[in-house]
Amino acid sequence: MEGRKLRKMFGSSTNPETDQAKPGTEEGRATMSPAGPVTETSSRPGGPDAASRRRAKTIVAREVNLYYGDFHAVENVNMTIEPNKVTALIGSSGCGKTTFLRSLNRMHELTPGASVKGDIELDGEDIYAAGVDPVAVRSLIGMVFQQPNPFPTMSIYDNVAAGLNFNARQVSKSDKDAIVEKSLRGAHLWEEVKDRLERPGSGLSGGQQQRLCIARATAVSPEVLLMDEPCSALDPVATLAIEDLIGELKKEYTIAIVTHNMQQAARASDNTAFFNLDESGKPGHLVEIGPTEEIFTKPKQKETEDYVSGRFG
Amino acid sequence: MAHLDTTTNAGQLLAAASGGRRRRGDRIFSNTAVIAAVTILALLAGVAVFLVSEGFPALTASSAELPGHESFISYVAPLAFGTALAGVLAMVIAVPLAVAVALFITHIAPARVALLLGFLVDLLAAIPSIIYGFWGIFVLGPAAVPAMKWLEEKLGWIPIFEGPASITGRTMLVVGMVLAVMILPIVSAVAREVFSQTPRKLQEGAQALGATRWEMIRTTVLPFGRSSVISGAMLGLGRALGETMAVAIILSVSGGVTFNLISQANPSTIAANIALNFPESSGLAINLLIATGLVLFVITLATNFLARWIIARAEVK
Amino acid sequence: MTPPPDSGLSGAPRRSIFAVEGGGGTLPSWAPYGAVAGSLVFCAAVLAALGWFTIALMLVFGALFSVLSIYAWSRAVEGRRRAKDRAVTMAIVASFGVAMAPLISLLYEVISRGAKGISWDFFTTTSRGVVGGGAAHAIVGTLVITGCAVVISVPIGIMAAIYMNEYGRGPLRRALTFFVDVMTGIPSIVAGLFAYALFELFFGPSIQLGIMGSIALSVLMIPIVIRSAEEVLKIVPNHLREAAYALGTPKWKTITKVVLPTAFAGLVTGVMLATARIIGETAPLLVTTGVVDSLNADPFQGRMQNLAVYAYNQYRSPGVMKQSAYDRAWAAALTLIVIVMILNVAARLVYRRYKTESR
Repeated sequence: MEGRKLRKMFGSSTNPETDQAKPGTEEGRATMSPAGPVTETSSRPGGPDAASRRRAKTIVAREVNLYYGDFHAVENVNMTIEPNKVTALIGSSGCGKTTFLRSLNRMHELTPGASVKGDIELDGEDIYAAGVDPVAVRSLIGMVFQQPNPFPTMSIYDNVAAGLNFNARQVSKSDKDAIVEKSLRGAHLWEEVKDRLERPGSGLSGGQQQRLCIARATAVSPEVLLMDEPCSALDPVATLAIEDLIGELKKEYTIAIVTHNMQQAARASDNTAFFNLDESGKPGHLVEIGPTEEIFTKPKQKETEDYVSGRFG
Repeated sequence: MAHLDTTTNAGQLLAAASGGRRRRGDRIFSNTAVIAAVTILALLAGVAVFLVSEGFPALTASSAELPGHESFISYVAPLAFGTALAGVLAMVIAVPLAVAVALFITHIAPARVALLLGFLVDLLAAIPSIIYGFWGIFVLGPAAVPAMKWLEEKLGWIPIFEGPASITGRTMLVVGMVLAVMILPIVSAVAREVFSQTPRKLQEGAQALGATRWEMIRTTVLPFGRSSVISGAMLGLGRALGETMAVAIILSVSGGVTFNLISQANPSTIAANIALNFPESSGLAINLLIATGLVLFVITLATNFLARWIIARAEVK
Repeated sequence: MTPPPDSGLSGAPRRSIFAVEGGGGTLPSWAPYGAVAGSLVFCAAVLAALGWFTIALMLVFGALFSVLSIYAWSRAVEGRRRAKDRAVTMAIVASFGVAMAPLISLLYEVISRGAKGISWDFFTTTSRGVVGGGAAHAIVGTLVITGCAVVISVPIGIMAAIYMNEYGRGPLRRALTFFVDVMTGIPSIVAGLFAYALFELFFGPSIQLGIMGSIALSVLMIPIVIRSAEEVLKIVPNHLREAAYALGTPKWKTITKVVLPTAFAGLVTGVMLATARIIGETAPLLVTTGVVDSLNADPFQGRMQNLAVYAYNQYRSPGVMKQSAYDRAWAAALTLIVIVMILNVAARLVYRRYKTESR
């Protein structure tokens, strides 16, 4: 039901290109630019489509090692997350996929005692370089969590606009309205909530709340979207809706999604990275990364093959 | 090309946004929080420092200089005794009652009523102490006079009931009872907390063996909560030791150290003594009162530390 | 079911399989109430016969007797273990009654005695230059002194709680928790002495100001605010903070725009309860703000008194018309209790109405 409704909307007015062309290119550009500090370059070759594709970035991880205090949680990860593609991180519980994901937007270090070794680069810029403000990193690399977590004291509108409000930069009301609408449309939620934007975010169903969180994350126009098992708390219908949405989102963003559901990885991703743990207490590591179809049909490592064919995990 | 544009952007984004405004906001806020935390410590240190410095002259003065011409020790000793007597008496009366009330609320009363009952017991704690003082002297005291007479007649051979029974009711016994009512909610709140957290599997284990409710409570709930209750009792004691107005109003004071609970002649407590004498005092007399306040502070600190130590030891086990 | 042939029991009366030792029966369901009623009547009769009848003694002995009688009755019918269970239950219920009796008596007395002193004059006139008069200055004093204490305590208390919960680490945080616990144990009069000493150092002896009272009350109020604020901040789920961080929000904005609004109801409740606690304090004000008859709304100038000190003073120095002074004292007490009760109930209602359900 929900999926069918979404597919109908999908076909009609949720195309980002049409939205941006709507108020005229100037306005379109204004709503496109991140609320965070950025200076608009005067000439943008190509239309809005090229601009949105350009915004998505590559993440390169080199020799990344992650620690909780003295405990070595993840070792020697080398991988590239390609722009405008969905990269799924799979593997059994505890093998470090979420830990690695959280290091990509500098959330890992929020845990007391946690530390990172190695390089993680966003389009060539090391996000862990000295002098880099983690807060700025997080406004470029957004995250959607396992449990939908809309802010309970805020309305739907305010939830989506939260990132804009929290940023120091002033955004005019009309700009904000446009961004909120665009984000909600982009998350396939606009039609369902456009008449009750002032109501609290907690009054929605689980699937709607998660789409609200996605809208919230995209409202600040990040370049990368990280998703940590976004569907694990949702029912199958809502899950399908989110997966459809992810397929849409990758046109604008680079997406990395952690999932322990192999079928979801097979369905929704372009590339897959398989993490594994030798034994409990040892650090998790990246076994293999490649195009999804390869990983699932002709994996290079035996471990990978064992996992995807269900022999363990 | 496009790549060049975006690289510049990324660089700007990462470097330009950091430092400057955001860091300053964070810095200001966290500094304010630290200042607040330091203020707490400063306040506490201040209390100790000021008490010592203002009380010091009385501590070092000779007997001749002090009002009443007695040494500091002989001035404060009966007061400390009275404080301890009133506090211990209050604790002895309050603790069994508080445990019973807590058991009633957590294990006997029906669940919906229990919430209301807990609220009622907590209301006792909200009543200002001066009202307890009025109630004690105008209501409970006179009402207790016949009972005290009875105690003198029948049990007067026990030193605490030696009498002669006061006709106004302004006795240590009445003070003890009023203080007990005041500290009951404190002890009962701690007891309720721990009784309601007794693990289900312990209680169900006893019930499965066919124990009656009392047997289950006796063998599982009470032992589980014992150290918490003791700690709660000490917290209540600390509160009773520091109570001023109820004692100041109710107690009829004549200075001496005595265990007689039902007579007119009672030692005062440190706190009540300060409240009664401070307004008319000046000079060294004030220092003297402040010095006794210091003694009270030390006593209540020690009691609270003891309470915490008991809990800590229990947790280690 | 017939007993086995050899048991020799075939002729004996069947015992209930639930019988323990002795007994074998069950008391009627009205048994506890009957025991209580019977005991009360019995004790009243005995006391009256001995000429010692008072309500208090009747209740005390009646309670004791109820416990004994239910024990004996149950022991005979149901056996020792059940008897003990019933007796203890009775004792516990009686204890609860004993604990509630002062509350009932106190509320009754305050209302009945205080009502005598309540009048329009009581709320609108002061005692200045007049024998008798009202408590208007005390009411204003209460508002000013308590208001200043709240203004001092709430920012410090909440910021300290934020520090402990959002910034503090390991040993420093433990030390702070410890010191806050120590602060909760400061006797109210000691807090008053501290405020006195503090001002005496800078302004000389015999200084009495409203603000000194507020400072003394703050010493008592701050640890309460910190304790309750800490509890409430702890409950705010961490995933809300993470959601804010993931949007690129600096820490201080996360706290002010997400954590504090989510905890808002609990914070307000904590402040209201802390206010209720200090609004009726007498002792620290006796040594700091003194006693005064005229209306003074300036905390930085001259003496001031609150309702509690006013009540105490009416009692202590009733003057010529003793009874009307006592009436006023009770009236002040009644006003105080009404304010405190309203704060307590309102605090809980506010919490229930405004708390955010955050999963």
